[in-house]
Amino acid sequence: MTDMSEPYSQATGELLKIRGLSKAFPLTKGFLEQLHFEGGRLVRRRESVKAINGVDLDVKRGEALCVVGESGCGKSTVARVVMGLLEPTAGSIQYDGERIDNLPPERLLPYRRKMQMIFQNPYASLNPRLTVKQTLEEPMRFHNPGIGNGELKDKVRDVMDSVGVDPSWRDRFPHEFSGGQRQRISIARALMVDPEFIVADEPISALDVSIQAQVLNLMMDAMEQRALTYMFITHDLSVVEHFGTRVAVMYLGSLCELAPTRTLFETPRHPYTKALISAIPKLTQGRPGHIKLIGEVPTPINLPAGCFFHNRCVYADDRCKVEKPVLHTVDGGCRVACHGVQEGRVD
Amino acid sequence: MALLEVKGLEVKFPMRHGELTALRDVSFSLDKGERLGIVGESGAGKSVAAFAILNLIGRPGYISNGEIIFEGSDLAKMNARQIRSIRGNRINMIFQDPMMTLNPVLTIGTQMIECLQTHMNLNREQARERSIEKLRQVQIPSPEDRIDQYPHELSGGMRQRVVIAIALLTDPSVIIADEPTTALDVTIQAEIMELLLSLCEDNDVALMLITHDLGVVSQVTQRTIVMYAGRVVEEGPTRRIVENARHPYTHGLIDALPERTAPGMRLNQIPGVMPSLAAIPTGCSFNPRCEHVMDVCRSEQPGYVTDGEFRVACHWVAGREQQK
Amino acid sequence: MTRYWRLFKDSTLLYSFGRDKVAMASFSVLLLLVVLSFSSPLIAPFDPYDPAGIDIMDSDIPPSWQEEGDPRFTLGTDAQGRDMLSTMLYGTRISITIGLFAVLLQSVLGILLGLAAGYFGGRIDSFLMRLADIQLSFSTLMVAIVVLAVFQASFGTELYNDLAIFMLILVIGIAEWPQYARTVRASVLAEKKKEYVDAVRVIGLGSRRIMLRHILPNTLSPILVISTVQVANAIMSEAALSFLGLGMPVNKPSLGSLINSGFEYILSGSWWITAFPAIVLVILVLVINLLGDWLRDVLNPKLYKN
Repeated sequence: MTDMSEPYSQATGELLKIRGLSKAFPLTKGFLEQLHFEGGRLVRRRESVKAINGVDLDVKRGEALCVVGESGCGKSTVARVVMGLLEPTAGSIQYDGERIDNLPPERLLPYRRKMQMIFQNPYASLNPRLTVKQTLEEPMRFHNPGIGNGELKDKVRDVMDSVGVDPSWRDRFPHEFSGGQRQRISIARALMVDPEFIVADEPISALDVSIQAQVLNLMMDAMEQRALTYMFITHDLSVVEHFGTRVAVMYLGSLCELAPTRTLFETPRHPYTKALISAIPKLTQGRPGHIKLIGEVPTPINLPAGCFFHNRCVYADDRCKVEKPVLHTVDGGCRVACHGVQEGRVD
Repeated sequence: MALLEVKGLEVKFPMRHGELTALRDVSFSLDKGERLGIVGESGAGKSVAAFAILNLIGRPGYISNGEIIFEGSDLAKMNARQIRSIRGNRINMIFQDPMMTLNPVLTIGTQMIECLQTHMNLNREQARERSIEKLRQVQIPSPEDRIDQYPHELSGGMRQRVVIAIALLTDPSVIIADEPTTALDVTIQAEIMELLLSLCEDNDVALMLITHDLGVVSQVTQRTIVMYAGRVVEEGPTRRIVENARHPYTHGLIDALPERTAPGMRLNQIPGVMPSLAAIPTGCSFNPRCEHVMDVCRSEQPGYVTDGEFRVACHWVAGREQQK
Repeated sequence: MTRYWRLFKDSTLLYSFGRDKVAMASFSVLLLLVVLSFSSPLIAPFDPYDPAGIDIMDSDIPPSWQEEGDPRFTLGTDAQGRDMLSTMLYGTRISITIGLFAVLLQSVLGILLGLAAGYFGGRIDSFLMRLADIQLSFSTLMVAIVVLAVFQASFGTELYNDLAIFMLILVIGIAEWPQYARTVRASVLAEKKKEYVDAVRVIGLGSRRIMLRHILPNTLSPILVISTVQVANAIMSEAALSFLGLGMPVNKPSLGSLINSGFEYILSGSWWITAFPAIVLVILVLVINLLGDWLRDVLNPKLYKN
């Protein structure tokens, strides 16, 4: 058995290494609201929302790592911290062996070409005042100041073609497109700089069922043709089964389980993962038959002691209430943070 | 006789360049205690249909044709006062966002009691008793305390439970649920759906479930209507639709679900997008996306082929039926 | 350019303009006033700035339709013998000019500060917004009166009379920037949260470019609305200052100073010297405000008017 304290690592192939990542958002309150009476003394207490709490995660070159969890689990925050849109409170992010979380903006520029992002809301992710052509040209021009107009035009045409948007529509504005087409344009913008790593934050959850399949296929094709690596953030487990090579399940800002997709769906280990998978509505069942969770998600302002999941878990015992479980490897290449699984109490 | 019968419903919205027809010739019926699913993508007209039943279509839209017969009277012809005695009383609605129903500045109790006193002849004490009883039915822990809380003190799942409790307050005969779980997390969605299902069964309430999620429909409803571009394209028993859809659109929609493909494979997709209401193609509105398209599909709007409980609007299906 | 023309032609702005009679009427009146006043050197029967053309013997003549009227002076003359119609045309031109340039100054100041406050947030935001609060707690008129009076006292009336138009633009422009800054800041805060801003940050663009190229164009609607209202306000402020004797001098009158100059004679029966410029002022401000209201309704997607 491997040493628990050693972070998960393999000799080769890691593109992105996240270590001990935490992010807390201070609650903006006035000075007077921060004052509290405690034990007869006036103390100033600053509260914060703990969105991520010590996440260790690797993304291997060429894989599609899916990060799943319910709203408020911190999955989008992970994406934003990785992309440098938010500053982490603690921890480090390495890209291709280089630490990127503390770089000044100008030293970050080379990584901006390699890492791109696709957003959730196709209605908000395109600037309504720019035409498709302007939107697509901007990243290219910015990163290649000397680029000729002809070359740029060819590139825009190629990328539009590859995402399935008719290049003759390049002079149109976003409001002239449907949600699915906008998401294609959003993908095209990310592809313009030929990135090697793409973070996709719920890219299909705002789309209709028949369009979801189109966009997902497009992303899979792009992955194959351009040798992309994805970090795919989603709440929809049914999609993950098709898209991901590995899945990371998050709950309240921590990782519960990290496993190859096939293994996760066939033998989920963590009680929370089991509940999540059982809750996917399927066509083949008659009535909803899902594992019921007790209680409610605790607030991320005051996190519970021990395992964050213990108040909703039927297997929780005294140890779960005091000691926070860390990820440990079980057979089949999956890593689970659960005392019950480790002790063999949970099958 | 059906509890609710919609016949030839047509809804129009006057726009800058002429009128948009949001619903065209929509007919369906709902029996007592029956659970009907209305499936479609955004813009298919499924929410408009629900709003039309309760006369809630926002101006400038209006019902231009059709009847909505509920317990013998036509809702489409009722005036505002008459419809209010039905809406929120005999027919209730659950929205996607619980805050559409809940008033953030009033406690849950105040809102429930107010609702009861409007529609039923109860005094304050009785109304409160009944409210607590309904909150208990939707499995809200310690309803005696929760009733005095404000909506913002509850989680999203709890709020939707409260909305369901409010919808059940007046013992309605129909509940229309418009994407009731879309805003919720998967685990909570499963719980709410199960709750809604068992409450409807126990109280013999008919449920009209409007959703884009075929999985949910297949778990909850007995009969399903599929809508496309403002028209019903297919209707039938849910199990048969899921297992043996006839209309190429329904078929494509089901096949596009991830669970219909082996893990790791490309998903099946329907090419193209649903036309906007302003640019519905002539003939069958699905014809530009259809793999079985024929000449007649481009010129003539298909009528319904009926086969027992099944109803399909498709030239291709009609042709195959004739060959048999 | 044809692209933007097409966008404009299809816009709800043009469409609702064509259906709103009040907006159309207001716009026509405004256009008429602007065209007439700016072509005043060409169309005005007299040049009120030319002392040689003014005869003191012509003073206080009532409008031509009255018994003592003179057919040369359609709307009568003022106490100095200037033709009212010509003086008002020139005066309207001055009022509109001051209004437009004061708003231009306000908007440049307010947009830049508002953008910075909204985009950077934190200390910059707090500092700028407190500054705006302080500025707003002095009324525009109060600031203007103090500044203009001090200037007049220290540099003499003559220099003041020469520079009056610039001083008014400057004072009204600087006094009202917080209106813009607040409006711009509010919409920047809303736009900043949208994903297209994250998208360009992921590309690596600098703050200045994000602010000017991406956020600013999306805050134009509220800027447009507030600009119309502010032009009307600036014209009113100028009129008020001129009425108090701190605005445009008598030999280069704006509408406000005309009203003021006629005010002394109103009791002696020469009502027209005050009344006509006052009517023009009211109409001017009214049509601008009506247009502003219409713009606000059209550009606010939350407000559906059948």
